Amino acid sequence: MELILEDGTVFSGKNFGYNGSVAGEVVFNTGMVGYPETLTDPSYTGEILVFTYPLIGNYGVPAQTMVDNLKANFESDKIHLKGIVITSLTEDYSHWNAVQSLDAWMKEHKIPGLQGVDTRALTKRLRTAGTQLGKLISQGKDIPFYDPSKDNLVAQVSIKEPILYERGEKKVLLVDTGCKNNIIRSFLNRDVSVLRVPWDYDFSNEEFDGIMLSNGPGDPTKIPETIANVRKWLDKDKPIFGICLGHQILALAAGAQSYKLKFGHRSQNQPCILVGTKRCFITSQNHGYAIDDQTLPADWQPWFFNANDGSNEGIRHRTKPIRSVQFHPEAMPGPVDTAFLFDEFVAML
Amino acid sequence: MEHNISKVIILGSGALKIGEAGEFDYSGSQAIKALKQEGIYTVLVNPNIATIQTSDHLADKVYLLPVTADFIEGVIKKERPDGILLAFGGQTALNCGMILDETGILEKYNVQVVGTPVDVIRSTEDRQVFAEKLAEIDVPVPRSRAASTVEEALQVAEEIGFPVMIRLGFALGGLGSGVCWNEEEVKDLAVNALSHTSQLLVEEYLKGWKEVEYEVVRDCYDNCITVCNMENFDPLGIHTGESIVIAPSQTLSNSEYHMLREIAIKTVRHLGVIGECNIQYALNPKSEEYRVIEVNARLSRSSALASKATGYPLAFIAAKLGLGYSLTELKNSVTLSTMACFEPALDYVVVKIPRWDLKKFRRVSTQIGSSMKSVGEVMSIGKTFQEALQKALRMLDIGAWGLVTNPNGLGIKKNDEELLEELINPTDERIFSVASALKQGMSVDELYKHTDIDPWFLHKLANIVRVEGLVGEYSGGNCPRHVMDEAKRVGFSDPQLGKLLGTTERIVRKMRLNYGITPYVKQIDTLAGEYPAQTNYLYLTYNASEDDIELGDKNSVMVLGSGPYRIGSSVEFDWCCVNAVKTVKKEGYRSIMINYNPETVSTDYDEVDRLYFDEIRLETVLDIYEKESPEGIVISMGGQVSNNLALPLEQMGAKVLGTTPTQIDRCEDRHKFSSMLDTLGIDQPAWSELTSIDEAKKFAHKVNYPVLVRPSYVLSGAAMGVANNDREIESFLQKATDLSTDHPVVISKFLSNAKEIELDAVAKDGKIVTFAISEHVENAGVHSGDATLVLPPQRTFLETIRRIKLIARQIAKELHITGPFNMQFIAKENSVKVIECNLRASRSFPFVSKVCKKNFIEVATQAILGKPFPEDNRSFMELDYVGVKASHFSFTRLLGADPTLGVEMASTGEVGCLGDDFHEALLKAMRSVGFRFPIKSMLISTGSIEQKAYFLEAARLLQKMDIKIFATTGTYHFLKESGIKVTLAAWPDEQEGSNVLDLLAQNSLDLVVNIPKNAEVEEITNGYKVRRKAVDLGTPLITNIQLAKRLVEAIYSKPDQDLAIKAWDEY
Repeated sequence: MELILEDGTVFSGKNFGYNGSVAGEVVFNTGMVGYPETLTDPSYTGEILVFTYPLIGNYGVPAQTMVDNLKANFESDKIHLKGIVITSLTEDYSHWNAVQSLDAWMKEHKIPGLQGVDTRALTKRLRTAGTQLGKLISQGKDIPFYDPSKDNLVAQVSIKEPILYERGEKKVLLVDTGCKNNIIRSFLNRDVSVLRVPWDYDFSNEEFDGIMLSNGPGDPTKIPETIANVRKWLDKDKPIFGICLGHQILALAAGAQSYKLKFGHRSQNQPCILVGTKRCFITSQNHGYAIDDQTLPADWQPWFFNANDGSNEGIRHRTKPIRSVQFHPEAMPGPVDTAFLFDEFVAML
Repeated sequence: MEHNISKVIILGSGALKIGEAGEFDYSGSQAIKALKQEGIYTVLVNPNIATIQTSDHLADKVYLLPVTADFIEGVIKKERPDGILLAFGGQTALNCGMILDETGILEKYNVQVVGTPVDVIRSTEDRQVFAEKLAEIDVPVPRSRAASTVEEALQVAEEIGFPVMIRLGFALGGLGSGVCWNEEEVKDLAVNALSHTSQLLVEEYLKGWKEVEYEVVRDCYDNCITVCNMENFDPLGIHTGESIVIAPSQTLSNSEYHMLREIAIKTVRHLGVIGECNIQYALNPKSEEYRVIEVNARLSRSSALASKATGYPLAFIAAKLGLGYSLTELKNSVTLSTMACFEPALDYVVVKIPRWDLKKFRRVSTQIGSSMKSVGEVMSIGKTFQEALQKALRMLDIGAWGLVTNPNGLGIKKNDEELLEELINPTDERIFSVASALKQGMSVDELYKHTDIDPWFLHKLANIVRVEGLVGEYSGGNCPRHVMDEAKRVGFSDPQLGKLLGTTERIVRKMRLNYGITPYVKQIDTLAGEYPAQTNYLYLTYNASEDDIELGDKNSVMVLGSGPYRIGSSVEFDWCCVNAVKTVKKEGYRSIMINYNPETVSTDYDEVDRLYFDEIRLETVLDIYEKESPEGIVISMGGQVSNNLALPLEQMGAKVLGTTPTQIDRCEDRHKFSSMLDTLGIDQPAWSELTSIDEAKKFAHKVNYPVLVRPSYVLSGAAMGVANNDREIESFLQKATDLSTDHPVVISKFLSNAKEIELDAVAKDGKIVTFAISEHVENAGVHSGDATLVLPPQRTFLETIRRIKLIARQIAKELHITGPFNMQFIAKENSVKVIECNLRASRSFPFVSKVCKKNFIEVATQAILGKPFPEDNRSFMELDYVGVKASHFSFTRLLGADPTLGVEMASTGEVGCLGDDFHEALLKAMRSVGFRFPIKSMLISTGSIEQKAYFLEAARLLQKMDIKIFATTGTYHFLKESGIKVTLAAWPDEQEGSNVLDLLAQNSLDLVVNIPKNAEVEEITNGYKVRRKAVDLGTPLITNIQLAKRLVEAIYSKPDQDLAIKAWDEY
């Protein structure tokens, strides 16, 4: 099997998982744990993901148990990315919680994998040349390149009908633009009910105590419907909290602008500094677009920034309980240092 | 950043010992660099003269003094520092710091502790307080209770239920701890343990649980990160210092990884650590249940490993955080573009394996467990566990070519029973036996049942065994490319492949290069390639398709390091390597270092232009040599590991710098060397190389006993020994399994009552340019690495020195030496014989360099590079002070080992102290290796009648000082008859109860002098019992009569113990 990049570079290796050709955008992630969570993160829709950590599959894949109508061990119901590229696959996994191998699971979901690749060399190429289109070609079956940023990926991954997750009296309206399960769990664990609605759902007539804007795949400007829905609530006093794509949507709704990063942030070790302090948090991230905080309107202010490249990592309204972060406080995978943001949001409801 | 500190004292860790080794040279050196960057005046106290941190270019002031409260108080009084650093000198510094705090010395002199406050340290050290602290935040520790008597320990054990683990408060390296399965074992362990500490801890033993560690960093703004996590290959019950360790963890899911990470951060915040600490967990392999085992609120062995594993300089950062910096204000020193407040992402794996040296000791148990016995460690880097593991096994330098296909039958047991025993009750060779079991067809499930090693690891080992079989199919034929490629990717070496294919390493290399299978150079950049990094920290892997960096683009010189610390080769060679690299840089070359010992300073990427953290083996050195095309390779700095490569490297066409490999061979080859000495008319002890016991005996009769016996291949037990009669020669040679023409025995005449003298020198083009001569306190027969060295010599005739000088000149000329060399001589009256010559730097180079204040290595490197060096005619004979190097023995940790000195080296470390006279230097050195003065009572048992007579004068001095003397029967009668007041201490076999052993246990004697009649006997003698009891109780022990006498004289000469607090530069 080969990985062919847009610029013509070819990386050869051995196929695992599903044996078939796929095309998408090639990105890399430097996380060292959490491949079941990563593979089921809807934000990776349309991507071929390169793992820089060389050993993948070590602890197998856990059971498909449902808790609260959510897959307990995954971030959504299926694998969303197009394929993965790794250095070395562990077939003889070992974990008390595992029921199958990564290889078997990917075969089930018809997701191809490529192993035996110098993923560091590949990553350096992506880092210098920027994110590229690419395709995994199985047994010479060539297919055309595919640019996921041309599509409305959110529409592909969002739910079709609202779902209510009942818990305590307080209720959060969750706009699902490709939501990870752990955002929902984060509320349920804090005894807050969640009404999960589709990305383009008009929720003006719903009853709720706050709005949660979820993570999701792709370019935020591709979903003006969601941005317009959110904008209606900015001059009201309902608390709003956004994560990742949700953060970008909130910023765009407020009037700021987004841009595409050269190769994105996909890792579990991104340091983010709380503006105006010496406090730094290690965060989990997965995004290819970012907000230009120079374009924020006057009643908004930057909240967090990335300590490595200075990019915006969060914004907040100067007076209203409306704020958002680019990183993932719900973690899964990654560090849980910023889980307190959920506590703060729930306290505002 | 502003802070109110302008001068600090840094406490070092003293001599290298089991549980406290080179890692503290690395962390201390980093701390000094960090402080100097801030313009802070640094005062270092460390008697370990072989360390880099005691070099003239680091701390502003160096005191080669014991790290004990009284000496530190002296230094504080003199230097008046604002701050003190306790976290960089291991448990030694921490314990000393706590005493300084408790006794009010820090307060008295207004010295502030930089970094984690003392009360926080105390809460991590006192097991009971620690458990209470963690209970406050609902973090579970193993169920346990403290006990301060044996009865209490038994009672707690009953409550918790067997098996239980017994640990000691305030101890390092799991000293004295162990698993007890019944009451009897609790009793035994508790009695011993309570002789070291007032408090012990009885806790639940979590058999088979995984052991996981996190390295945590926290600043005073409450930013807290985990820099690295590590998982032990061996399950709980085997001390982490005795375990094979992999970083990052391999079998933890996201949820487990981050659960433990979050708890680490929560715990460290709650405790209030500032700087760096380490947290160890037990994790249930069947659930997410866990326990916190311990927190070390200081830099540790693990933190040094984590620094090397990730490229994150923990000690450097910790020092800055202690001053009040925020992590957000510090740079990532690898990328220089990103910040220190981040958690490294690895795109490789790291495997650490401990290096044991148990065969060097008589009677020691080779089982590994909850107490540390290893003397060093290696770290390897690879893309896969298999690649890294096989590298690491080779790095140990114990003759392994990898996990399998080993030349010396490693791990192969006589029968299934022995194999099972090894699997269940591991020794230092278990991993090889696991491979053996897999080869015999034992399933992973069954192996897991016996070993509790996670099946993930076992499957990976099974795959190596599978590949071994696959390659073996092509024995005698042509190995296809894809098979060789697969083998190299899982870490097979060329020698392994050579053996499997029935050919030589050389042919395999040729085949491999023809196939285009070569390793690639990768960088360690802390961010897995996410950001560009100008890092010079490199390793090789076969799981890659391109090099990370441009190669061979500059004039460079390669220096080979010394590999793992083991008995006979440790920090002193690292000092040589670091100084060689410094000189290489200074002379305008790009310096390239190859080494793989994570404890060292030479593997600090700060010290060198390019660091290859990889094997020092012909194959690897050639791979790097061919990529970098350096001007040449310096092989004379890393001890025997690098020296052994001289001839093979040259034969493969590499350029070896310095004395030519042919000449090195003339010196290493006993026959060639001997006939050269004969030709030059230089005397040497009579010797012969023999292949049978009969011949050996015949030779011994010819030259008269005693003789020194040195078999070339011994399966177990000490390799060398002195034989006094036929019976002893037989017992020695029976241990040599294979006495034949291929494995002959070398027997030489052993000269008793002779002095041993060493020469360290540098020559250029056959002419000596500088040298120093040191004498041993002990007579010949004590290994030079264990002997007490004196420079300048105090008791050697001038004529002897003159003769030694002449011989050295002749040899340097004959071998056309360029570079460092060392010779050992035996002198009796004025006759001088050569016993050894090494054309490389020796163990004593740092000692002589620092005592003479003349950097021998710098001069040697300049000579090797053909560069000029300034003329320096200062002679060691004109020094108006004396340097004494003393050895540190770790017998206390080596359960059962007979603590005697012999021709095999046994010490794990050394110190070097200066004094205005010999007595002062000796007393400081002895204090530094754990002796306690003043002496109020002591036990004497002086062996043979000659030794009794020799010691009599000293005994009279003891009497004059009113020291209470106990003596064993023979010595008692001798002393009594000589008019000395002495109390009898009966031998154990003479009297049950109230014998010498009870005396030792009940009284705290300050010193035991026990001179074995014959150091080589292996039976359990009375003497053995006394010696062993002394070290088990932590009572200072001397087993050499010359040293005993010199020490008594020294004590007598300084009745008030007024030892000068003088810095190195004040001499």
